[in-house]
Amino acid sequence: MATLTHQESATAEYLELSPRTRKTFISIIVAGVIVLAIGLILAAMHIGGGHEAAGAAHGAAHAAGPEAGAGAAHHEGSPVWLKRLLVSLWHNNVFFVGVSAIGTFFVALQYVAYAGWSVVIKRINEAMSVWLLPGLVIFLVVFFAGRHDLFHWTHDGIMDPKSENYDAIIAGKSGFLNTPFYLIRMVVYLGIWWFFSERLRKISLAEDLNGGTEYFHKSINVAALFLVLYAVTSSMSAWDWVMSVDVHWFSTMFGWYVFASWWVSGIALTTLTAIYLKQAGYLKFVNANHLHDLGKFMFGFSIFWTYVWFSQFMLIWYANLPEEAVYYNQRLGGFNGAYTWMFFFNLVINFAFPFLVLMRRDAKRQMIMLKIVSIAVLIGHWSDFYLMLEPATMKGENGFIIEIGVALIFLGTFLILFTKRLAQASLVPVNHPFLDESVHHTT
Amino acid sequence: MTKRFALGIFDDEDVLMHAIENVRAAGVKIYEVFTPFPIHGIDDALGIERSRLPIAAFFYGMCGLAFALWMQIYMLGFDWPMIIGGKPHIALPAFIPVSFELTVFFTCHGMVITFYAISKLYPRWRTPVLDVRSTDDKFVMAIEINESTDLNNLSKLLRENGASEVNEKEMTKN
Repeated sequence: MATLTHQESATAEYLELSPRTRKTFISIIVAGVIVLAIGLILAAMHIGGGHEAAGAAHGAAHAAGPEAGAGAAHHEGSPVWLKRLLVSLWHNNVFFVGVSAIGTFFVALQYVAYAGWSVVIKRINEAMSVWLLPGLVIFLVVFFAGRHDLFHWTHDGIMDPKSENYDAIIAGKSGFLNTPFYLIRMVVYLGIWWFFSERLRKISLAEDLNGGTEYFHKSINVAALFLVLYAVTSSMSAWDWVMSVDVHWFSTMFGWYVFASWWVSGIALTTLTAIYLKQAGYLKFVNANHLHDLGKFMFGFSIFWTYVWFSQFMLIWYANLPEEAVYYNQRLGGFNGAYTWMFFFNLVINFAFPFLVLMRRDAKRQMIMLKIVSIAVLIGHWSDFYLMLEPATMKGENGFIIEIGVALIFLGTFLILFTKRLAQASLVPVNHPFLDESVHHTT
Repeated sequence: MTKRFALGIFDDEDVLMHAIENVRAAGVKIYEVFTPFPIHGIDDALGIERSRLPIAAFFYGMCGLAFALWMQIYMLGFDWPMIIGGKPHIALPAFIPVSFELTVFFTCHGMVITFYAISKLYPRWRTPVLDVRSTDDKFVMAIEINESTDLNNLSKLLRENGASEVNEKEMTKN
């Protein structure tokens, strides 16, 4: 302590990926492919979760309330294995795209707040945005391949009063939920997020080369504009990508709910990356004080997620309107209780666990504790998205083998791209005006 | 009780921080440091132990939570049961907002009262001010002295470490 005037010159450091790390990433992908293949074969042979649930699905769907009449009365669309694959591609992509965008959101937030402490970890956040373009491609491919399996509102004739598929409620939403406008919005969201990610990154890299405060001021302007646009687009993307699978249902909390999930996952990923880099001998300026702040963020926003989750739950529970309550009906007891355990598991792993573990100051300053909680939070919010998407799309025919396989493939690919982008620039933004403040950060 | 202090007056927080380290390394016990604003890391430099206030806060919070749950369960479940919105009498989700608020309420008030008590900040307590300039722009390091203290050495030590002046002050505490 008391190193306030003690000057250590901050020099650039570059991440070098060892062949072993790369091999680990590739083996994650290989493991994912194997798990996925096993899952697909099992599902195609009607063994395991899919088969058992398939029988129960019809009964449960009828019991699930008004949704049942429109949604699950007749099994439609692709065979179960393909449907599960498409849904799980969509699910994982929503999760990874969201976490990716949080990287840029975090950087922008720090700029606008004039925050100094986070400068030494900002390159991690910059690199996180790497999934935005691949994410757009995956979204488009999955949408074209499987929109009828994912989105009830894309079915033929559903907006046509003369058709027997006609659904007046969905037809009332046709101004917003129609394929061309939906695709335009998707491209616009990801386009905006990608553009601002690249812009902030470019300014930051130019600052590394040339120095001076003009880059900092320019970043603040860019960041402020991004935050305004992100506030709108993050909410709208949540309606589009997640809420519209339950097309009869609606919740005004939903945009924030999804954002809270992304945000806390993004912080968990940042923390986890910082710890791994630190343990691999990089980021020598990151110390317990920076980790403490990240831990506080993770603690606080786990509670924020719970707050939003509960606000949505309590109003629907109290009012008990059938059109709203069906959402929790399906998740708490619907489909023969297929999702009941997950409903409570989410609350435990996303709220109780981080809350109790990170409450103490010491826990937020210890790498091992933060590591455990970060991993738990990431798994927890992955399963949070699972619970948002699967009951609406798969009804009672959900499973876990295919889903985990796809998740591992996504994870491995993301890590390869992420670390590649991380290695492209110095891990220390050497000419950032607040670098010195960050190096001497005390909590 | 009367105590005598040597006061090292500093103009700069960085100088002060180094002085604290060096003075403590020289084996001199620092009574207290008065600064116009909070300085990051000064607690560690002075070797002050971490406050146990958070532990107390946790228990205040638990008290608040227990009180809130007891109150609602007793009132709405037993004392005056009413059917509200067709929900059971003891409807836990509906109790959560009130439980949360009372947990926060008990924690804040408990912490503030405890903090005042342990800092001896209560009405009619006279707070000794050793040098009024510490509320403006000077940093004051107070070192308790007695008959055996070598004042010349102490003064030299403080001056060597950047003190702009070294004063002596007597303070009567009651």
